[in-house]
Amino acid sequence: MTEGLGEVAAPRVVLVTGVARYLGARVAAMLAGDERIGHVVGIDSADPSAEVAALLPDRVEVVRTDVRTAETAKIMINAGVEAVVHLAIASAADQNAGGRAAMKEQNVIGTMQLLAACQQAPDLRKIIVRSSTAAYGASFRDPAVFTETTEPREVPRGGFARDVLDIEGYVRGFHRRRPDVTATVLRFAPFIGEAANTSLTRYFRQSVVPTVFGRDPRLQFVHVDDAMEILHRAVTGNHPGTFNVAGPGTITLSQAVRRAGRIAVPVLEPGMSALAGLPVRFGSRDFSLDQLDLFVHGRVVDTTALRTEFGFEPRSTAVAFADFLRGHSGGAVLPREAVRAAELAILDQIRQARAGVGAGVRAADNFSGGRLAGLAGRRGVERDDDD
Amino acid sequence: MTTTSRGTRPSQERRGGGSWRHDTASRGRPDEPISGAGVAPDSPNAESEGVGAEAGNVTVGRPGDGPEDIWDARVAGALAFMRRRLTGAYEVDEFGFDPELADGVFHPVMHLLYKDWFRVEVSGAKHLPLDGPALVVGNHSGTIALDALMLTHAVYDEPTVRRHLRLLGADLVFRLPFLSELARKGGATLACAPDVERLLGLGELVGVFPEGFKGVGKHFRDRYKLQRFGRGGFVAAALRTGTPIVPVAIVGAEETYPMLGNIKPLARLLGIPYFPVTPTFPWLGPLGLVPLPSKWLIEFCEPIETAHLTDQADDPMVVFNLADQVRETIQQTLHELLARRPEAF
Repeated sequence: MTEGLGEVAAPRVVLVTGVARYLGARVAAMLAGDERIGHVVGIDSADPSAEVAALLPDRVEVVRTDVRTAETAKIMINAGVEAVVHLAIASAADQNAGGRAAMKEQNVIGTMQLLAACQQAPDLRKIIVRSSTAAYGASFRDPAVFTETTEPREVPRGGFARDVLDIEGYVRGFHRRRPDVTATVLRFAPFIGEAANTSLTRYFRQSVVPTVFGRDPRLQFVHVDDAMEILHRAVTGNHPGTFNVAGPGTITLSQAVRRAGRIAVPVLEPGMSALAGLPVRFGSRDFSLDQLDLFVHGRVVDTTALRTEFGFEPRSTAVAFADFLRGHSGGAVLPREAVRAAELAILDQIRQARAGVGAGVRAADNFSGGRLAGLAGRRGVERDDDD
Repeated sequence: MTTTSRGTRPSQERRGGGSWRHDTASRGRPDEPISGAGVAPDSPNAESEGVGAEAGNVTVGRPGDGPEDIWDARVAGALAFMRRRLTGAYEVDEFGFDPELADGVFHPVMHLLYKDWFRVEVSGAKHLPLDGPALVVGNHSGTIALDALMLTHAVYDEPTVRRHLRLLGADLVFRLPFLSELARKGGATLACAPDVERLLGLGELVGVFPEGFKGVGKHFRDRYKLQRFGRGGFVAAALRTGTPIVPVAIVGAEETYPMLGNIKPLARLLGIPYFPVTPTFPWLGPLGLVPLPSKWLIEFCEPIETAHLTDQADDPMVVFNLADQVRETIQQTLHELLARRPEAF
């Protein structure tokens, strides 16, 4: 029970939820690689895919269990779990795995059950919960930059945003019942990076990108590697509270589309809402009301608290996005080099054309010179009258 | 102190008009932003500072490739600007402000209205700080908020100041598609305490019109009568950050669209605060959107320091008194400016 603010002993046993997914697997592997942490247990209700399983080293004990059963509490007590990293939170509905209903079940009910299990774990000292900047909602009356204390103006219409608000509420309730457990809530901006694969990165990989007519939202991303570093520091250090985790700065959607060399196709907002409301996939892409709200209102958060508390500066949104583009440079319709080449070609054409007429212009110089002088003189007189 | 620009203007133009050669070959404007060259109004009379100094050698160098160089630089600048826009190679701040677009497109367009249509004259620019934060508080009028644009351009155009004014807009502005994005790219943000304090904390020059729609949407017979100043939120924000308040009086906007009536049912139907009837709108259709060419005067008044009141930002009496002081200053300056401008056009 050493609750000092400085160097705190790292937890000996860590439980990571959602290890069958990319982020969970990477975090579990990272924690297992830290000598200060003795044992990492990963749980998930599904088996990891071959791709994700390759990320998981043998040192991570993977248990396939539904978080909604009593088994979780048993694992936590038996293994003597000291820290929980809750990452089993889905940001988009997977149509192959039950859609929005299953997503809500996993996010909200899953968190409730996990917290109930945490309450019975005697050795627990720390809980780190993945949240999202979607918690700020979306409204025209929002400030341009959200700080951790900004309250959402109204309940957001997006499913993920509502889940996030519920989850944070449950964590606050848990903290009241177990004040001895340090609760760190990390509100992540959308993840991006060379290897990230989210609905937003899939969106930017299309060659023609639908946007909302008359809107150019400010976007913010966090690089996956920076998110991992923050999670690592949250596990090994002592950082109670709620923190925005995002790359400082912003790029607008139009800018992002242009930097990616894609073509934006503006769609009227009601049309987008209809698309988002349809249960079918949009092209082979998923598209939700959460995303639509982001594409209408944009979202920029303040990261001062993160930087002072964690002593870590995530790379900026622009740099994180550039890193994503490096991994996905193929498929650009308007690559930067082509635009540059076109610019030089046009400039060259104009120079040649002007060199051609240049001699003629000089010959006619005296004549046109006199005429223009007269015109300029008249203009000057009119101006004086106006004043 | 009153009209520096007015005093020098005609003589410069006469010089420019009389000796055309000097002016056309005015490559002697090294301070002109290249990025704006492609879109800037290339009127030979615009921005004639420095022409006199260059006059001597330009006449000699005329038959050479001097003028071709400037055109080449302009074409190259314009193409590079378009390429940067096309590939997204520009910066936007966290409020959505796009300085490159403002310098290259918005301000050159506003300059046309500012110089040739409204013939704006600015006085008291010395009261604006050259760096660091200040809250510029002005009177609002004219049915369409052209005064906000002209004030922004005045701050940008004053040779001694040359700063971007960050305007605060009503939430209606940010509700409307296109307008919201234009406003953000032009440096505006929502008029709310967190945004104001953040901008002031970053050392920005922030512009606010506390009358809001009460000011822009008032009847022509109420022209130059300041409306109520709301809750004084702008004063509280200035107090909390210890920022000086610079009152500014704007004369001329009232006559651009003299509002004679308001079709309330239509306004309610469209969800806007008022539906204006002016001598030309809606009678002349789109032509009615052309503002009347009134003569404008803008005067920045002496700053009101607030640094010593930082701990009293929550005291309503202090806030209301300060708001009243600002209001009185603007109203009085408006009367002085009106006396200086006998004719509206």
